[in-house]
Amino acid sequence: MVKPFLALFFVLSFLGMAFNVGAEEQSFEELVAELPDTNFKTLPALLDKFAEQDDPRTAILLTNLLGGDVYYHPRSQQVITMTKVQGERQFIDVLTSEVIAEPSGVRLRKVRVNNSVRSHIRQLQAQQNISDSNPDVRLKAVKNLLSDVDQISPQLLANRLQKEQDSDIHALLSAIAALHELDSGDESKQLDAINTLRGNLQPDVRIALMQLQQRDALPETVRDALNSTLAGIETQRKWYGWAENIFFGVSMGSVLLLAAIGLAITFGVMGVINMAHGEMIMLGAYTTYVIQQAFPGLIEYSLLMAVPAAFLVSGFVGIVIERSVIQFLKGRPLETLLATFGISLILQQLVRTVFSPLNRQVAAPEWMSGSLQINPVFSVTYNRLYIILFSLTVFFALMIFLKKSSLGLHVRAVAQNRDMARALSVKSNWVDAATFGLGSGIAGVAGVVLSQLTNVGPNLGQSYIIDSFLVVVFGGVASLWGTLVSAMTLGIVNKFLEPVTGPVLATIIVLVGLVFFIQKRPMGLFPQKGRAE
Amino acid sequence: MLAKLMRLSSVQRVVSILAIVGIYVILANTLFPEGSFFHVSSYSVNLLGKYLCYALLALALDLVWGYCGILSLGHGAFFALGGYAMGMYLMRQIGDRGVYGNPELPDFMVFLNWDSLPWFWQGSDSFVWMIAMVVLAPGLLAYVFGAMAFRSRVSGVYLSIMTQAMTYALMLAFFRNEMGFGGNNGMTDFKDILGFSLQSDTTRLVLFGLTVVILAAAYYLCDRIVTCKAGKIITAIRDSESRVRFVGYNSASYKVFLFTFSAVLAGIAGALYVPQVGIINPGEFSPINSIEIVIWVAIGGRGTLYGAIIGAVVVSFAKTRLTGIMPEAWLFALGGLFVLVTLLLPKGLVGLFDKRFPAKKNTTAQENAA
Repeated sequence: MVKPFLALFFVLSFLGMAFNVGAEEQSFEELVAELPDTNFKTLPALLDKFAEQDDPRTAILLTNLLGGDVYYHPRSQQVITMTKVQGERQFIDVLTSEVIAEPSGVRLRKVRVNNSVRSHIRQLQAQQNISDSNPDVRLKAVKNLLSDVDQISPQLLANRLQKEQDSDIHALLSAIAALHELDSGDESKQLDAINTLRGNLQPDVRIALMQLQQRDALPETVRDALNSTLAGIETQRKWYGWAENIFFGVSMGSVLLLAAIGLAITFGVMGVINMAHGEMIMLGAYTTYVIQQAFPGLIEYSLLMAVPAAFLVSGFVGIVIERSVIQFLKGRPLETLLATFGISLILQQLVRTVFSPLNRQVAAPEWMSGSLQINPVFSVTYNRLYIILFSLTVFFALMIFLKKSSLGLHVRAVAQNRDMARALSVKSNWVDAATFGLGSGIAGVAGVVLSQLTNVGPNLGQSYIIDSFLVVVFGGVASLWGTLVSAMTLGIVNKFLEPVTGPVLATIIVLVGLVFFIQKRPMGLFPQKGRAE
Repeated sequence: MLAKLMRLSSVQRVVSILAIVGIYVILANTLFPEGSFFHVSSYSVNLLGKYLCYALLALALDLVWGYCGILSLGHGAFFALGGYAMGMYLMRQIGDRGVYGNPELPDFMVFLNWDSLPWFWQGSDSFVWMIAMVVLAPGLLAYVFGAMAFRSRVSGVYLSIMTQAMTYALMLAFFRNEMGFGGNNGMTDFKDILGFSLQSDTTRLVLFGLTVVILAAAYYLCDRIVTCKAGKIITAIRDSESRVRFVGYNSASYKVFLFTFSAVLAGIAGALYVPQVGIINPGEFSPINSIEIVIWVAIGGRGTLYGAIIGAVVVSFAKTRLTGIMPEAWLFALGGLFVLVTLLLPKGLVGLFDKRFPAKKNTTAQENAA
């Protein structure tokens, strides 16, 4: 006789459980039905109940509430969101998530929210987001929490900590937990928390620790741990600050390298100072602009097209200049300097007349924007990263070209001894034209790169010509390695001076330093081997 | 009279032409009434004064480039330094008539909330001190720069680029407000010099006359330098420096002397220029200005002192005219001139003239220059 009773008991208790669940957790539909009857005081409690549910519609509802877009029908009590999509009002039933026609004949009543409700909603959203299934959403939500750790209750946090699989997010969550503990007042908990935060580079963690340090009543042990942890964080920050400076320096150096390397070739091989070199860079930048204008749909590929185009345009102009002017001024470097300066003025004015004296906008493709976040205090932007890689590629390609190809061989032969090369039937005239074209073409490529970093205007070249000369002079004429080393050195030195002295003074210091350097080693860092002149 | 002119030496020729022009302009401006055919307007006097300052500057550059082969692309810096020395003095003369009415500090310092004069402005209200600074500031810079460069035998294009870097660095420095020279805006709104109003026609005439006299004196001095024994050595350095060195001369000290002297001349030109145009700003340091000086000399004919003067006046006149009619065309013209002169007229306008009237042989071996 026991069995039926037991069975009945089980059935009853199951029923009871089911009933209980129903009483505690109302369904989404029931909660929505309560929305019209709320006021500022009761709304937060109702929203908490929403949050306890795992209904995907809740997130949308919360967002719309935050925007003040939730209404209800005064008679049917139907809850509707009204949003503007491209200027048209769009009505959506909250329960079915379907677009409905505008309810006619009645004025919809708004579910009103005030500031305290809004901040409550934001908290709820944060909590919702940290349990989102998408790790990116979770990461963002957790990062937001870090700036205001009181937004989340310790229980909820402990819950998430257990469930979280992603190691990055887990680390952030434990940092938040540790920040909670910092305020607990319990010495051993505080010590644990401080140890957890050791080496954490999040700016918010550092601020929280510094705030704790300001407090008077701290146990000795806690204060010691705090001081050492903060000192450790500061050292790390300093190291990463250096790393960032070096990265910026190298990226600036690689721009200088691109700008100067063409000059190093023409100067080294032909002994020609080309003052119009900066304008070759400018032409390259304008080529990029023209290509983007010509193919507005292909911005993503515009740079890939611009590189060969700029090489050809600038290279062609270079060859024309060489054939029409420079070849007649052989062996008269100062005259060459003046004539090429004249050419640079003409080219500048030409661009001003054709395009306008104003700067032109060159768009950056999608893949060039954004940055690679290595840790909270150190990130590298993609455009600079690509520029470094690109300029090194150009450098080594040029190196291989000069070392391996037959034209490269002739170029080097003419550079070392023009007369001897001619005697061995190298056509030095032809080599000159090709060299000049090559140097100018590379300047054009540099222009493509610069169009991504600075304004494209008629004066673009002028601002780089002096820097380029300095790089060449510093590195030693006709030494490609010298150009590489000196470009990187100048770039890095500049970036390290800048925060201390400001950009203008940094430039001046570098200039003056170089003047002194030339006193000591007039032939540059890597002088060409040979008999002294 | 023309025939008589032809028989004179080049110094006498230039000095007398300058004297004639100067006296004529001053008389024509004061004696003839406005509207008369012979009248020279105050505007023209002012413009001519400006050109003559340029001529002095070109003379200074020609001295080092034409006779010693030092192509300085930074002579504008010395010019601007002289100008700034004068500008500081004029600034202090404004006194409490400035916008802020501060009797001690120039307006831009009040604007920057400075409460006292920086050390390098001490004494700037004295005329004698100003004259000293006009000579010393560019002279000292040129001496230090030249001593360093020439003693370590930096020459040719390297030197040219270094001079350009120098003026570029100075331009950047003077653009800074913290330098204490008025930053971007430079100095302007000058009122008077030695108590005479800069706006009055008489002061302008006097300044013009002074420019003529100083130009003539500078021409005489330069001519003495290039014709004396040291001048022969200087020319020899231009043509073959190593040979001069091997013969036993210390070529560096000749170059340092010449470079410093030339910088002082450029500074004086700047000091004369500022009260006549009424403004000095960091733009004067910009490399393009220095390049323009080079083109004056190249077009006039380097290696002949009077060629520099002709070049400066002709090109500046053309610039005034052309920028008035077609502002766009000026850079085309300037650039084209550079190319054409270097390709076709290595001796400049004077070369053309000399070919037709081969007079005296005082320009030697220009072909080997550079």
